[in-house]
Amino acid sequence: MTAIAPSIPKRRRNTEGRDAWLLVLPALLPVMLFSVYPLVYGVALGFTDAEAGLNVETHFNGLDNYVELAGNGLFWDSFTIGLVWAFSVTVLQFLASLGLALLLNLDLRLRWLARTLALIPWAMPPVIIAIMWQLMLNPSYGPVNRTLAALGLPSGVNWLGESSIALPVVILVGVWAGMPQTTVTLLAGLQSVPAELGEAAAIDGASTWRRFWHVTLPALRPIIVAITTLDLIWNFNSFALVFVLTAGGPGGTTMLPSLFAYNEAFRYGNFGYAAAMGNVMVVLIGAFLFLYLRGQMRRRLQ
Amino acid sequence: MTTMSKAARPRTLGRNRFARPLQYLALLAYMCFLGFPLLFLLTTAFKTPRELQSPDAGLLPQQLNFDNFTSAIDKANLYTAAGNSLLVAVTTTVIVTAVALPAAYALVRFRTRMRAFATGWILLSQVFPFILIIIPLFLLLKNIGLVNTLLGLVLVYAVWSLPFSLWMLQGYVAAIPVELEEASAVDGAGRLKTLLKIVLPLLAPGLVATSLFTFINSWNEFFFALVLIQDPDMQTLPLALARFVGAEGQVQLGQLAAAALLACIPSLVFFLLIQKRLTAGLLSGAVKG
Repeated sequence: MTAIAPSIPKRRRNTEGRDAWLLVLPALLPVMLFSVYPLVYGVALGFTDAEAGLNVETHFNGLDNYVELAGNGLFWDSFTIGLVWAFSVTVLQFLASLGLALLLNLDLRLRWLARTLALIPWAMPPVIIAIMWQLMLNPSYGPVNRTLAALGLPSGVNWLGESSIALPVVILVGVWAGMPQTTVTLLAGLQSVPAELGEAAAIDGASTWRRFWHVTLPALRPIIVAITTLDLIWNFNSFALVFVLTAGGPGGTTMLPSLFAYNEAFRYGNFGYAAAMGNVMVVLIGAFLFLYLRGQMRRRLQ
Repeated sequence: MTTMSKAARPRTLGRNRFARPLQYLALLAYMCFLGFPLLFLLTTAFKTPRELQSPDAGLLPQQLNFDNFTSAIDKANLYTAAGNSLLVAVTTTVIVTAVALPAAYALVRFRTRMRAFATGWILLSQVFPFILIIIPLFLLLKNIGLVNTLLGLVLVYAVWSLPFSLWMLQGYVAAIPVELEEASAVDGAGRLKTLLKIVLPLLAPGLVATSLFTFINSWNEFFFALVLIQDPDMQTLPLALARFVGAEGQVQLGQLAAAALLACIPSLVFFLLIQKRLTAGLLSGAVKG
C-alpha cells in the first residue's frame, strides 16, 4: 500500500493471478490426475499388448492392434450397429422433440402435464428405464403384447429376443430415454426466438409452414447443431441402457461398440486391444463431428 | 418462462379451424408415449403376483397393496446398496461443490486462460468413449488399492462431475454484476467478507441446482460402478438393481417394479422441484460460459 502509484496496477495483477491459481488448483489437480492422465494413458494403451492379471508384462506393439482390428469382422459389425443406433436415435429424437417443443410452445391446456412427463425420463437412471421397458415388452405379461392381443393382432412377438427386430425396438427405447434433454433445449431455443420475426412474416402473408421453415428454423439453427452434436456423441457412447436391456443380444444384433469393448476388456482381459477399439471409435466419431460442424459453419457464413 | 411463451405465441396459428384439434391430438399422443410406461411401472408395483400372471387383469391393480415395496426393502442387498449410493452421492456432492465454487469464481472474475482450457476439456471429455478412461482408471485405482471401495468410486465421480459443475456454476457467477463487489470493496469490506456477504447469497440458488445435479448424476451412475465394484457389499443401487433383473427379477416382476420406483424417488423429487430453474441454469451456463 505504500508503493508508488505507477507500480500498483502491476502488483495488483500479480497477486490476482496468484489468487486465481490458488482458487483453481484444488479443481485442477484431481482433474489432471484422474481424468487427463487416464485419458492420455488410455490412448497410449491402445498401442500396447496390455492384459489383465498379475505379473503380466506390457510391451508397445505399434500398430499390431489395429492390423488385428481391421480383420475383426465382429468389431466392424458392432461398429456398424453403433452407427445405426447413434444416427437413428439422434434423428428420431430430434424430430420427436422438435414436434413436442413446438406444441409446448403453444398455449395449449394440459401443457404443464406434458412438460412434466417429458422431463421425467431425465430423472430416471438408465438402468431403471431399461428395467421398465423390459417389463413393458415382456412377451407374456407385458402391456404391449396384451394390447396387441386385445386388438386381435399378432401378439406372440418376443420384442427383445428376436434378432430381426431387437435393434429397432432398442432404438425406440433410446429415443424415449433421450427426449427430455433435446425437448428442453429446443423449447428454450424457441422461446428465445423474437416473436416480432414471426409476426412480421405473418403480416406479409406467409403461411404457418413457410414461417416455420423460413423464420423459426433458421433462428434455431445454432441450438439444433449444438444439441444434435451432443446427442450423437452421447448416443454413440451410451452403455447402461442397452447393457441392461439386451446385453448386446440376441446374437450380437444390439452389440454397441461400447459393450463390445467392455466385454473385450473386462470379460476377456485384453486391455490393450480394447483401448485400441476406443481409439478407433474416437478417431471416426471425431472425424464425423469435424465434417458436420465445419459444414454447419460454412453454411452460417454464407 | 410462462410470460415469455405467451408473448411468443403465434396467434395466427389458430386461423385454421382444424389446427387446434390436431394440436391436441398430437399432444395426447406424446403424453401416451411418454407417460404410459411410467403409469405401467407404477401400477405393476402395486399388483400381487397372481394379478400379474393372470391374462385378463386390467391396467390398474385391484387394490393398493404395498407388499412389493416392503419385500423389496427387506431384501438386504437393496438396502445396503441404497445406503452405499447415498453415501457416495452425498460425499461426491460435498467435494465437488467445495472444489468447484472457488474455481468457478476464479475462472469468471480473473479471466485467465484456464477458462478456455476448462471449456475445451469439458467438450473433449464428452467425446472420448468411456472405455478409454475406465481401463487406465481401473489400473490406477488398483495400484493405490482403491478398487472395490466406495472411496475410489467417490474419487472417480467427483472428477467426472467437476467439469460440468464448473460449467454450470460459472454461468451463475457471470450473472452476478461485478459492480456489486466493487461497491462492497469501496465500502471497505475485505475480499473474503465481500465473497461471504455479497457473492455467496446471490449464488445460493445456482449452487443448490448445481449440487443437486451432481448428486443425481452420482446416484444414477452405472458404468464406472459396474467396473470398479465387484464386492456385493459395496455395490450401489443401480448395480444391485441390474443384478436383480438378471436373477430373481424375471419372476418377481412386482418387486422389481417397486424397487425401481423407490430408486427413482430422489431424482424425481429433485427434477419436479427445479424443473424451471433447470432450463434457465443450463442456458445461462451455455450462453455466458
